[in-house]
Amino acid sequence: MDWWLLFEITLAGVGTGGLYALTGLAFVLIYKATRVVNIAIGEMLMIGAYVFFSFAAGLALPIWLAVPGALLVSAAFGAVVERTLIRPMLGESPISSFMVTVGLASMLVGLVELVWSADQQRLPEFLPAKHIVIGQAFVSPKIFYGFWIAVLLITAVLLLFRYWRGGVALRATAADQAAAYSVGINVPRVFSMTWMAAAAIAGVAGIVVGSIGGLSSVMGVFGLSVLVVVIFGGLDSVAGALVGGVIVGVIEALAGFYIGGEYKLLATFSLLVLILMIRPYGLFGTHEIERL
Amino acid sequence: MPASASQTLLKVDGLSLAFGGVKALNGVSFSVEPGSITSVIGPNGAGKTSVFNTLSGFYRPAAGTMIFDGHDLAGLSPPKRAALGLARSFQNIALFRGMTVLDNIKLGRHCHLKTGALQALFYTPAARREEEQLRREIEERIIDFLEIDHIRKAPVAALSYGLQKRVELARALAMRPRLLLLDEPVAGMNREETEDMARFILEVRREWGVTVLMVEHDMGMVMDLSDHVVVLNFGQVIADGRPAEVQGNPEVVKAYLGSGNVEALRERFQRAAAAGAQARRAA
Repeated sequence: MDWWLLFEITLAGVGTGGLYALTGLAFVLIYKATRVVNIAIGEMLMIGAYVFFSFAAGLALPIWLAVPGALLVSAAFGAVVERTLIRPMLGESPISSFMVTVGLASMLVGLVELVWSADQQRLPEFLPAKHIVIGQAFVSPKIFYGFWIAVLLITAVLLLFRYWRGGVALRATAADQAAAYSVGINVPRVFSMTWMAAAAIAGVAGIVVGSIGGLSSVMGVFGLSVLVVVIFGGLDSVAGALVGGVIVGVIEALAGFYIGGEYKLLATFSLLVLILMIRPYGLFGTHEIERL
Repeated sequence: MPASASQTLLKVDGLSLAFGGVKALNGVSFSVEPGSITSVIGPNGAGKTSVFNTLSGFYRPAAGTMIFDGHDLAGLSPPKRAALGLARSFQNIALFRGMTVLDNIKLGRHCHLKTGALQALFYTPAARREEEQLRREIEERIIDFLEIDHIRKAPVAALSYGLQKRVELARALAMRPRLLLLDEPVAGMNREETEDMARFILEVRREWGVTVLMVEHDMGMVMDLSDHVVVLNFGQVIADGRPAEVQGNPEVVKAYLGSGNVEALRERFQRAAAAGAQARRAA
């Protein structure tokens, strides 16, 4: 066995895993604050990528304008989704709001095909193209920088979550909504801020994923792996999303290389079946189960 | 607008609330004088907690007004009411599980803090000052006062019921309240815990000048502590006055015991027994 090759593939897996973790974080934020299982997370990621595409390729804006612009639009989009689709579902059963996000996902695919066509698109290159060599292992530069972008953003989000007043308000809302309301936390605003933050985080992931694999109206499939990540880690666990992201990334990379590219998703979903049988609430999740 | 024009801190007038066909509250009126301890009592389902939930903004009343310190509460969201100085505790403890005692108490001050996201991320001097000031005030005034110093780092989920109730009170005090709404502060407590809580409630009023409005089932405590008692039954106020007045009120006795008239009760039993005997003879 070629150990350097194994190392190289594992590194690539960790790189992709960072993006899974980032998107998983966006998912967990929404679930924690609003108890909505957002199946449309992959499609929200896609919207971020396409908006960035419009800014960077369509309007030919420089990167330092196109990225914040895309994130602002993504956040605004998250706010609109929360206000128009999620808030009216307040107090309905979890399955109803889950179905709303299923509908949202297919609406977004339709929207992308209408606005940007169903053809594949390529994002302009903006990450350094020089190959990274660690020992004898090569790492694709896009995956390398994508991973560090994910790590940076995850750290920032975690710090805010822990220390910022708004982050504490979010945790308090997740723990007890009535109590949060009565100590003066504006709960509806926490909901909408959470959706905005999650949409922006997913947008960053979308830009990186798009620059690695190109854009298409089916890139929301990325969200399927993310779903496995959060079920694996526990729907309401930030740590679970991070650990789960890396593990799923590595397993996919190994399966893709040693068994064959077409078995990637098979490996992911085998893992899902396994975890549902052993720990249905995930590695770190709260031991209460929402049936969907 | 300060309350100097009127003596009343809270005036509730003609409050009505319905859930479908059930009238939870039907024209409830009472007032709370500043510096007083006012209790709302009544049998189960009388509408006591509904009054509280309407006051803190969780329910929207069908009719009636609530004037707090010259402000009309109608249409104000719970956070706005909190900012005006209304703080509450819950009948079933509503603490932020998974956080420590100190974090729970600090969250009470949430609506008064100003630090923004970026300031917090880089922990700027302004953010640090605000945090330190908050910490000092909470440690010196609230934690020492309520004698919970030994548990401040403990996660709330690990505490006994009585201590959890005390942490809830601490969190409400951190909100710098003017009116403290306590929903059954001693429910389910043993005698010692009840006495502790009664002492804290009296001291909250004396040292902090906070007006207290509470719902409580423990009659001994209500009669000892209250300056003023409001009795609810089936969503209506049936008595309102000083504890001694309310205690002697026949309507109140009837609401609690069904009927205050023992003679009438005995007569009813005898009539029922006679009717039964007659039926047996006929058969």
